[in-house]
Amino acid sequence: MGANQLRILFRSLAESARDLLPIVVVIAVFQLALLRQPIPNLLDLLVGVLLVLLGLTLFIRGLEMGLFPIGETMAYAFARKGSLFWLLLFAFALGFGTTVAEPALIAVADEAAKMAAADGVIAGDPAALAGYAKGLRYTVAVSVGFAIVVGVFRIIRGWPIQYLIVGGYMGVVIMTLFAPKEIVGIAYDSGGVTTSTITVPLVTALGVGLASSIKGRNPMVDGFGLIAFASLTPMIFVMGYGMVVG
Amino acid sequence: MSGLLAALLDTLRDVLPIAVVVFGFQLLVIRRPIPNLKRVLLGFVYVLLGLALFLEGLEQALFPLGRLMAQQLTAPEFISGGAELLTRPLGAWDYRWIYLFAFAIGFATTIAEPALIAVALKAHEVSGGAISVWGLRIAVAIGVAVGIALGTFRIVTGTPIHWYIIAGYVVVIIQTLYAPRLIIPLAYDSGGVTTSTVTVPLVAALGLGLASTVPGRSPLVDGFGLIAFASLFPMISVMGYAQLSRYLGRSGGGANRNRQGL
Repeated sequence: MGANQLRILFRSLAESARDLLPIVVVIAVFQLALLRQPIPNLLDLLVGVLLVLLGLTLFIRGLEMGLFPIGETMAYAFARKGSLFWLLLFAFALGFGTTVAEPALIAVADEAAKMAAADGVIAGDPAALAGYAKGLRYTVAVSVGFAIVVGVFRIIRGWPIQYLIVGGYMGVVIMTLFAPKEIVGIAYDSGGVTTSTITVPLVTALGVGLASSIKGRNPMVDGFGLIAFASLTPMIFVMGYGMVVG
Repeated sequence: MSGLLAALLDTLRDVLPIAVVVFGFQLLVIRRPIPNLKRVLLGFVYVLLGLALFLEGLEQALFPLGRLMAQQLTAPEFISGGAELLTRPLGAWDYRWIYLFAFAIGFATTIAEPALIAVALKAHEVSGGAISVWGLRIAVAIGVAVGIALGTFRIVTGTPIHWYIIAGYVVVIIQTLYAPRLIIPLAYDSGGVTTSTVTVPLVAALGLGLASTVPGRSPLVDGFGLIAFASLFPMISVMGYAQLSRYLGRSGGGANRNRQGL
């Protein structure tokens, strides 16, 4: 490793340190000043912080080397190929595939099944619980696949995003009035848990790449917005699931 | 060490479906060699390794402490400030330190959120530098902070979540009419990117702890919903940031810094 690379590494480590500083400050201030308790296992804490620093630095580097370029390369390739079918199928597969195995979603679905059983919506036996959770999980995954398809289609057509999103919100509001009360909180949360740390950069690069390779599209106006769809549709689909199953 | 291995496996499980979809389509549909394949693959390895280290470090150092603090701050003894105050019912004001903690931890975890860093880097690049990486990140972090603080207030007061969310949507719709056109898709996106690796575990601990402490709340019903607040308010704060920048740009001697509105 040359001196230059070493310098780059140190600079990105320093940047990661700055990213992490607020958390350390908040925890230290509240722990020492408000709760007035010592910080337990200081050594573990330091080792952990070091791991986080290293991890964040590597992640950002990998982002620029792997995730961003592949997202854009594929967007260009699909645009050149000109096959709408394959592009939309890819969009669906990306949305569905990245969501269905998402640990945060699995946790939320299990939690939701317990609530449904407690309210007597479904039977309390393990098979019914697992069935409900699985149904919910696939509902959310399909909704995210659908979201990326709609988002990609919007980029190709150049539709203004606000009509679609505002329309979607109205859908959420209307569904809220009719959905069972217990599912509403989970439905609202499910919008947030679907977009993981790896999906976001890839999907963003895909959108921006598509918008810059299609004539007449502006990457800023048309390229962003895929994540917004992916956070919106699960709310509607989950409330729908609650209404159908409940 | 076993923790690190487990984190690596978890991350691998996250990356695997993405790798299958991406490389599957690349091989079967696009059928073109990937430019700089070696570099891209190395990038994937970095992402995998980096995320595993990141998660393991958080799990080892910050999450236990953060969860412990959420418990301590929501414990009845702390909120009532000792035994002598327990004679009167607790009001919303007694939970003030929790709102402050929610605000601070919401802000801090958002700044460290890798997905947000990714989107901010991209937005900076695509906007030709008009959107600054730190400007966007701070705007989003303020949104999350306000959202989570308000979300804890909602848990304490027990008001129905949908009134807050619907009111928030109304504000988003009104802002959409007036905000610079270029910022709108990015603002909508920033709602979704904020809530992943760092924010969710700490915020969930806070919500569950609070819902099980406040009399009359159930963790199952009221523990949910903080994430929804954290996804809604960044939209408002990012559009607000753009509106403010444009307003300041105009009043600052009509320099008309740029026509993109930022």
